[in-house]
Amino acid sequence: MSTAAIPAGTKWWSGGKSPFNISYGKLMMWYFLMSDAFTFGAFLISYGTIRFSANYWPDPNHVFNAFPGFGHMNLPLAFVSLMTFILIVSSVTMVLAVHAGHNMDRKGVEKYMLWTILGGLAFLGCQAWEWTHLLTGEHPVLVDGVVSSLNTTVAHNPWGPESSVLHEGHIVNTPGPKLFGGFFFGITGFHGFHVLSGVVINIIMYIKVRLGHFDQRGHYEMIEKAGLYWHFVDLVWVFVFLCFYLI
Amino acid sequence: MGQQLASPEISFVEHKDDSSFYRIVKKITIILSIVTLIELGLGLLIYSLGHESHLAVMTVKGVIVILSLAKAFYITSYFMHLGDEIRNFIMTIIVPLLLFVWFITAFLWDGSSWRNLKNTDAGSRPATEQTEQYKGVKPGADK
Repeated sequence: MSTAAIPAGTKWWSGGKSPFNISYGKLMMWYFLMSDAFTFGAFLISYGTIRFSANYWPDPNHVFNAFPGFGHMNLPLAFVSLMTFILIVSSVTMVLAVHAGHNMDRKGVEKYMLWTILGGLAFLGCQAWEWTHLLTGEHPVLVDGVVSSLNTTVAHNPWGPESSVLHEGHIVNTPGPKLFGGFFFGITGFHGFHVLSGVVINIIMYIKVRLGHFDQRGHYEMIEKAGLYWHFVDLVWVFVFLCFYLI
Repeated sequence: MGQQLASPEISFVEHKDDSSFYRIVKKITIILSIVTLIELGLGLLIYSLGHESHLAVMTVKGVIVILSLAKAFYITSYFMHLGDEIRNFIMTIIVPLLLFVWFITAFLWDGSSWRNLKNTDAGSRPATEQTEQYKGVKPGADK
């Protein structure tokens, strides 16, 4: 698997060096990310279990079909695809920042860290818009024979099995599964919090680069560790995108 | 290349020249974008299929899952450089993650079993002593 030239006959386990050829800090970042992967995995799997146990679950194409500035136009998946591309691009700029760090190119690291931070903030802005849209968008729903106006929250949602049915002159939906909002806001919120903390870490790294800390230290390995975290956030989004929006 | 040894624990660092680095990053970016666009297309295909054919929808969803796993591989292997680490290390990350295989199988299995029980009452067993008394009465129904 490794493309690097490993000296022939290297005894990895005889002591004196890392058997993984990796520094302590990077190793621990990897193990932290692995444990975080299990946390996200547990959340997504519990969501999957509930979804498999339900006879009806809302179709994401109907729930997530809005785009800022396009009013009520039906644009399924468009906005979340934009969010996905924002994260992919910010991951690419992070890779470029890490590479500039390997070359001890301080200006390059500064430039690409700024782009990465900007990408993270853009993603958070998109998520804020999406949450606001769901929390404030009210739809007429028939609950126990009464037509009431429901938004999408952790307690209720208007995305039931029957949509746009006529009831006493009103076009109404039926209420959707209660757990839909809880899983959606819980898991995307947990991911969004990771993005937020990633942005904060990246800002701290940017300041440290500006102050010349890594030049004094002689290497930019901290940028690599921040980069691992940032790529992990992108990696988790692949699965959140998959589980909530695509299938 | 001014690549430095970040720590005395490390015995060698991998050298990648600028041109091959940019070539790989460009390639992976294009792959991730194209795979995302394909996923998007398949998502819209599910939308247009609606609830017409359960089998077709499930097939498309299966393809999307495989494409997402491919994206995960490219991100970890190239962006996080896991593929450049030595085998010992790759295994300490990959082997524990294999728990997910059973984790996902077991819980989704449980979920669909739960649905089956809810829909059919197959899981409600009458208490042994009262079998005769409640024969033919649904659990929870008034006497």
